[in-house]
Amino acid sequence: MRTSWIKKGLFVVVLLAIVVPLLFPFLWMLASSFKTQVDIVAWPPRLIFTPTLQNYERVFREQNFLRYFINSSIIGISAVGLSLLMGLPAAYSIARFKQKRLSIFILIARLMPGISFLMPWYIIFSRLKLMDSYVALILSHMLITLPIIVWIMSSYFESIPVEMEESAMVDGATRQRAFLAVVLPVAGPGIVTAVTLSFIFSWNNFMFSQVLSMEKTKTLPIAIYNFVSYAEVDWGAVMAAAVAIMAPAIILTMVFQKYVVRGLTMGAVKG
Amino acid sequence: MESTKIRGSVLEKNLHIIFPMPAVVFVVVMMLFPVLYTFFLSFTNWNLTSGAPPSIVMLRSYQRILREPRFLAALGRTFSFTALAVSVETLFGTIVALILNREFKGKGFIKLMMLLPLVSTPVAIGIAWNLFYDPTIGLANFVLIQLGLPKMAWTGSPSTVIPSLALVDIWQWTPMIALILLSGLASLSSEPYESARVDGASEWQIFWKITLPMLMPTMLTALILRSIDALKTFDIIYAMTGGGPGYSSETLNIMAFKYSFEYFRMGQASVILVFLFLVVLFMSLLIVRMRRSLEL
Repeated sequence: MRTSWIKKGLFVVVLLAIVVPLLFPFLWMLASSFKTQVDIVAWPPRLIFTPTLQNYERVFREQNFLRYFINSSIIGISAVGLSLLMGLPAAYSIARFKQKRLSIFILIARLMPGISFLMPWYIIFSRLKLMDSYVALILSHMLITLPIIVWIMSSYFESIPVEMEESAMVDGATRQRAFLAVVLPVAGPGIVTAVTLSFIFSWNNFMFSQVLSMEKTKTLPIAIYNFVSYAEVDWGAVMAAAVAIMAPAIILTMVFQKYVVRGLTMGAVKG
Repeated sequence: MESTKIRGSVLEKNLHIIFPMPAVVFVVVMMLFPVLYTFFLSFTNWNLTSGAPPSIVMLRSYQRILREPRFLAALGRTFSFTALAVSVETLFGTIVALILNREFKGKGFIKLMMLLPLVSTPVAIGIAWNLFYDPTIGLANFVLIQLGLPKMAWTGSPSTVIPSLALVDIWQWTPMIALILLSGLASLSSEPYESARVDGASEWQIFWKITLPMLMPTMLTALILRSIDALKTFDIIYAMTGGGPGYSSETLNIMAFKYSFEYFRMGQASVILVFLFLVVLFMSLLIVRMRRSLEL
């Protein structure tokens, strides 16, 4: 009886040793975003302080963060949508016709260092006068979203029994019809996984936007980066911006937790 | 009516070509051509600021870069950063996965907490860690003082900048390895465990003789996938130090970025990229080779 209590207590301590370091940076960031500059630079660091909203006000009123939110959303949603249009049929084909080489070819985009395409894009997009355009940003972000979608969906389609389409095809439907009417409707969970993860990775991308966007299409990660270089000392506002940037991805993750875990761990585990 | 039917059957017969076509065309245009172009540029000495078109100098850009001490240092640093971060991540990740591999109340909550670093914006994370590391107001030094240790410069000194950056990477990516291994553990069959218990094996023996060997394929894959990403680490380093102080945290990716978009020396930047590409390719081949030779 007593040893089991000790064991339980030890286990809780071990769990805390895992969770506290994970969460602490987030909590500190959140706390700092509600601190005045005086509280932030105080030494020793202050745990108890009077919260203020002035940092958020500054970020959204003076720095126009809403605009960058809209840019990040336009680019992320368009890139994910277009990648779904291209990626779903490709993933289906990879799954059903066992096109292993094709899947590796698309996956290489995920493994390659981004600058090796970014530099040519920079040259080409400047020639085409497409710098700082949504077209350039969406196209570049699609190289992030498409491989994720193909990767996740091809193995999801593989897990759907072939008999489903075959019985539709026996009834006279073409394969493309069976794909649209039979396979896609049951692929919902896979699509949720693919969309959530690919959107988050587009949302978080820094390098492509840093080079291809200027004021008009600037995305959130660039906005916060520039903000630090102007406002080196305004930590409160920077932390408020950081919280604001991460909130959507974190909320998406909480809502679609099961799907996100599956998507992130897939492929590495040989079932 | 007839014609739509015929069109439908033509589509159906060539579905394996038509369905993947848009994605393939996209990847060829947006990735394959640009990469080939980068490869071509590595044989030129093109400098975007000079205004002159690229002229082919064959291997001269390679010679210049290979003799550049800054490049050799960046190459070594890319590997040491990756080795440090990934080995600690694998060790911690394995321990955490083994601890969590049982049923208990609140497991779902802990898994959710583990996802948060993975989905956070790296630039924002880097900036937040800069506040931690700040030598005068940062919490990191406060903790050191409380422990009776001397203050450190963290990312401010060439001798500590790489471990400090690696720590951020470790914080962000250990959960990834833990989650992968956790689902790897869940997929292990229970038979060998049962017969080992019948034979009276100790928990320790079971871990070394059964769990670890069975988990090995998953562990190797996770380790190499993580290494490929760590070799390319950009956002955190660029946001936290920009490769500094001096060049002391400059990895190949950061150096290539500066050569391309700050100095506009496209030829030499391409050479750096070819090397980074070779390193990543080597790691990707390793994953295939290792799995095959271990017959996993």
